[in-house]
Parts: sequence; structure tokens; C-alpha cells
Amino acid sequence: MPNIESAKRFTAAFFEREEDLIAGAAEARLAGFEVYDVYTPFPVHGMDRAVALPPSRLTWIAFLAGALGLVFGLTLQVWTSAYDWPLNVGGKPFNSFPLFIPVTFELTVLFSGLIAIGVLFARNRMWLFSKRKVFERVTDDRFVLVLRQSDASFDFHKAVRLFSRHNAIKVIEGDQFV
Amino acid sequence: MAVSLRQPESNDVRLLEDAVTFEVAHPVHSKLRTPLILGDKSYADVTQDICKLLEPKPGRGWWISLGVSLVMLAIGVIATVHTVNTGIGTWGLNRTVGWGFDITNFVFWIGIGHAGTFISAILFLFNQKWRTSVNRSAEAMTLIAVMCAGLFPIIHMGRPWLFYWVLPYPNTRGTLWVNFRSPLLWDFFAISTYFTISAVFWYLGLVPDLATARDRTKSKWRQILYRVMSLGWNGSNRTWSRYETVYTVLAALATPLVLSVHSIVSFDFATSLIPGWHSTIFPPYFVAGAVFSGFAMVMTLMILVRKLMHLEDYITRQHLENMCKVALLTGSIVGLAYVTEIFIGLYSGNPNEIFVIINRGLGPYAWAYWIMFGCNALVSQLFWFRRLRTSIPAIFAISILINVGMWFERFVIIVTSLHRDFLPSSWAMYVPSITEVGLLVGSFGLFFTAFLIFLRLFPVISINEVKGVLKYAKH
Repeated sequence: MPNIESAKRFTAAFFEREEDLIAGAAEARLAGFEVYDVYTPFPVHGMDRAVALPPSRLTWIAFLAGALGLVFGLTLQVWTSAYDWPLNVGGKPFNSFPLFIPVTFELTVLFSGLIAIGVLFARNRMWLFSKRKVFERVTDDRFVLVLRQSDASFDFHKAVRLFSRHNAIKVIEGDQFV
Repeated sequence: MAVSLRQPESNDVRLLEDAVTFEVAHPVHSKLRTPLILGDKSYADVTQDICKLLEPKPGRGWWISLGVSLVMLAIGVIATVHTVNTGIGTWGLNRTVGWGFDITNFVFWIGIGHAGTFISAILFLFNQKWRTSVNRSAEAMTLIAVMCAGLFPIIHMGRPWLFYWVLPYPNTRGTLWVNFRSPLLWDFFAISTYFTISAVFWYLGLVPDLATARDRTKSKWRQILYRVMSLGWNGSNRTWSRYETVYTVLAALATPLVLSVHSIVSFDFATSLIPGWHSTIFPPYFVAGAVFSGFAMVMTLMILVRKLMHLEDYITRQHLENMCKVALLTGSIVGLAYVTEIFIGLYSGNPNEIFVIINRGLGPYAWAYWIMFGCNALVSQLFWFRRLRTSIPAIFAISILINVGMWFERFVIIVTSLHRDFLPSSWAMYVPSITEVGLLVGSFGLFFTAFLIFLRLFPVISINEVKGVLKYAKH
């Protein structure tokens, strides 16, 4: 039986193995608990499915950013070379479209990569002076599952029983975890 | 932060649970695959093994290596100052051979830089799990190598403080734009994009490990450094999910980028009309050569790192053998390109093309050509033998020979094509001056100085990715 500490808004269960975490999370969700978040030392595959996390939309951001880079690159080159100040270079046409492809490609990749990672950091609220708290040993070898005690019907002891079936080593309650 | 999740599809969950229960009840031990990480490590062991390398004060070996590297770097600084103060005339270039050591070194270092992104992006997309032990240091190597490479064209400009003129920005010269039709400009865009994306990719992979280091370190300044750089990472699954999405997107972007960069470097040569350069084979030939030389450098570094930092359980013979196989493949492509070049040159019927081929193999720089041919096309074939692929001293020796051979490849391509051109009256020989040798030494100094600092500052092996493959072949 895991240790139990005092009561409030969130319940956190600590696991030692990712198999227990996945099974525990899936069963908790099935039992009607609201999974607030899961904290792991490395990306656990199958976790998204276990907590029904929809796939990230960041791929679309990356795609749109790439499209923006492509349009920007082509416009920049065609406008500067053919309209703003056309220069005769070796008798090549002012709008030397095929020769603009390499720079267009590079700018597509650059925009897509930088904007995707910028949005990732913004969306995850990651920044240089973040004061976010971290569960003990979660960056080392602990797997933590946090439930939200969303209403009065939340049954802490039911949660404890559920998690102990999945080899949780500790279950705690608290006001603020993260 | 709290988003309510959609209702469970019970069937889905039950299937998943069954799978998990089954897996736990019936662990499968693969007989075909060997574990990637030796020594039966737990997650905590991995954290401990990698983080403890950062804790103690550096040993004598590290200080001696750093001292030697700094001396080499100082030689490079002196050579650079001399070049910039006096002018490019301090080099051995002449009117016939306008590119020599500078561009040779540039292409050499860019080539080295290709292995890191190849390992981190292409092998990631191909789901090659062994990459996890080597990708961190290979990516660091890439970044440093691209820095070394970028210095050479800038120094060659003669007035490096006007470097920013290659940017297309509105200026007071009537807004005279850059020439987007020039491969040299494409090069600028390719290399700066490559550097930026590689740096971002490397940093993204580093963030979770910096959080691990942050939560363990006792040192004050390291705590501040890791706290700031880990951006408040707390291992949340939502964060991981988005992180993995962006990591995959970056890998997918970096894959064509790797191929484009050395292709564009090869355009510097291939779009000119010089026999020996004007060839459609150049892009694939250069890319294969770049990956080949990059893997050779990764192997050289990894053999030293695993030995000196006692990482034999993480960087195993299996890892080195896999890298040998990549080197064998790319080395064979390079060898095929050499032979194709000879055949097409002789078959062309163009007297200038035929002359370049004969002059390379039998002319005054024949020694350089045969060093290149021997070290790249022939020596790499030794990796067909399993005994040599799994012997650490043999891999080390071969990887150094390949590095030498690939440096000479660039020298041969550049100098032998230029020194005897269409007009025999302007034929000339190229001999590097002491300043140019100083710049080459300096670039190695910069490379090793930066790499040694990396080894002390950041986790050398990707802790979170290694944890993810710890159970590989175990169940």
C-alpha cells in the first residue's frame, strides 16, 4: 500500500515503470478521473493514446511557416532581380526563375524550422526565466500521473486503490504542483 | 494549462491495456538483436553515468588537450590577423590558382559538418535507434565544423568587416541588391540556414537533458546556466508530445537540407566552365563525400571520447560498426565517382577534359591525387572485413586516413583543375604559404577547443533518448 499524504486539489501518483504508468493512466481515464498531466523523464510511447491527447497541430504551423518562407523567398528574389533594379548578369534573363530555387528552398526550411520551434516554446510556455516547479526525480527515473480533483464527487481513496493496483509507490494530494 | 480531455473510447483503452498486460506478462527477449546499451543499466544509472562526467574538476588529460588546442588556435589567430592586416597577398595564391587552401579547408569542414545532421535527422527518420548514443556529440561536432568552415570564405573576402554585404538588405548604394544568380550567394544562404537549423535542432534535443543536469548539479554557476537554458522543462507529457512533433518536423526539414548544402557547395564548382569542375556528377559526389568524411571524423572523436570518458557501455562496438558500414557505403560511392570522372573525362572527346584527367593522375600533383584515391576509395574497402570493422585500433587508423584523404580530395579538385588551364602560358604551380598553413592549423585548434569545452559543459550523450532505447531488444 502506498504512502498517503494530506488533501486538496490535485492527486499525484508516482510510478517506477512506464508500463505501470500507461496502464494506470488508461484505467484512471476509464474510471472517469480527469487526467491533468503526466510527467516523465523521456517521451513514453503510447502515453498520448492512454490519456487521449489529440495529436499536436504544430505540423500545420510548420507547414504554413514553410509556405510563408517560400513565398517570401521567391518574392524577394523576383522583385529585387527583375523589378527594383534589374541588372544584366552574363546575359541571363532578369527573372532567372530556376536560379532562384536554391535560395527559395533554404528560406522555406529556415522559416519553417525557426517558427515551428518558436511556437513550440511559446505554446509550452518555455522561456529563459521560467520558475516552473518540477516533481522530484521526474527528470531522472520517476513517472508521475496527476489527476485533477474537478468536483466534490472525487474519491481520493478510489484513486489510491486504482494506482496501487498498478504498483504506484506513492500517492499524494496537494494544492499546486506545477 | 488544464484542458479537458475528450471522452475515452473504451474499446481503444481496453485494447491498449490488454497489450500492456500482455507485454508485462510475456517479456520477449530478442535473439536477433543485441541491446544498444550494455551493462544492464537502470534509468537512474543512465542519469548518473552521464551527469557525473560534468561534476568533477577536469583532469590533467583535458587540460593538456585544451592547452594544445589553444596553441593551435593562437596560431590561427595570428595568421588571420596577418592576412587581414596585410592582404590576401600573404597567401600562396596567384593569378592562375585563385582558390587554394582557403576553399579546400572550407569544403573540408563543411563536409565534416554533414555527419552530425545525417545522424540526427536522416537516421531519426529511418528509426535507427543506435543513433541515440552518438547524436549529441555528432551534432556538436557539426556546429563547430560549420563555424570553422564559415571562417574561410569570410577571411578570403579580404575585408571581412564588410561581410554583411552578402545580405539582401536595403542599403545606401541605391539599394543595389545582391546577385541571386550566383552560386556563391546560394552558398551563403545554404550554410547560414544549415548552421541555424542544426543549432536549433541540437538545442532542442539538449533541453530535457539540461533539466536533468539542472536537478542534480551542486555547482552554483552550473545551476544558473542549466536553469536558464532548460527553459523550465518539467517533463510534462503535453510538452513531450509537442516536442516530439517538432523534433520530427525538424528532422524532416533537415534531411533535404543536408543534401542541399553540399549540393550547393558543389555548384560553386559545377556551374563554372573549368574542366574538372564543370560536371553534373558533382552534387551527389560531394554529398556522399561529405557524409563519408563526416562519419570518419565522428568515429575518430567517438573512439577518443568513449575511451577517455569511460563511455564504453554507451558507445559500443556495435555503434562503431554501424558507422563503419555507412562509411563503407559512402566511400564506395566516392570511389565510383572517381572512376566515373575518369571515364567520362576520357570519353568526352574534349581535349581540355582529357588533359585534366591525365594531368591529375600523372601531373605534378599526382601525389595528392593518389593519396586521395588510396585513402578514400581503397582504404574504405577494408570495412568489408568484419574483423577490421570491430577492431577499435583499426577503425581509428582507418578513420584518420579517410580524414586525410578527404582533405586531399578537395585540394585535388580545386588546385589540379585550376593550375593548368586553357592557356599554357599561364600555367602555374600552387604552394601554400606559411600563413595558409597557420589558418588550417588554427581551424583545427578552434574545432578541438570548442569540442573540449562542449564535453565539459553539456551532457555528451542524450540522456532522455538513451532512456527511451534502454529496453531495446530486452522485451
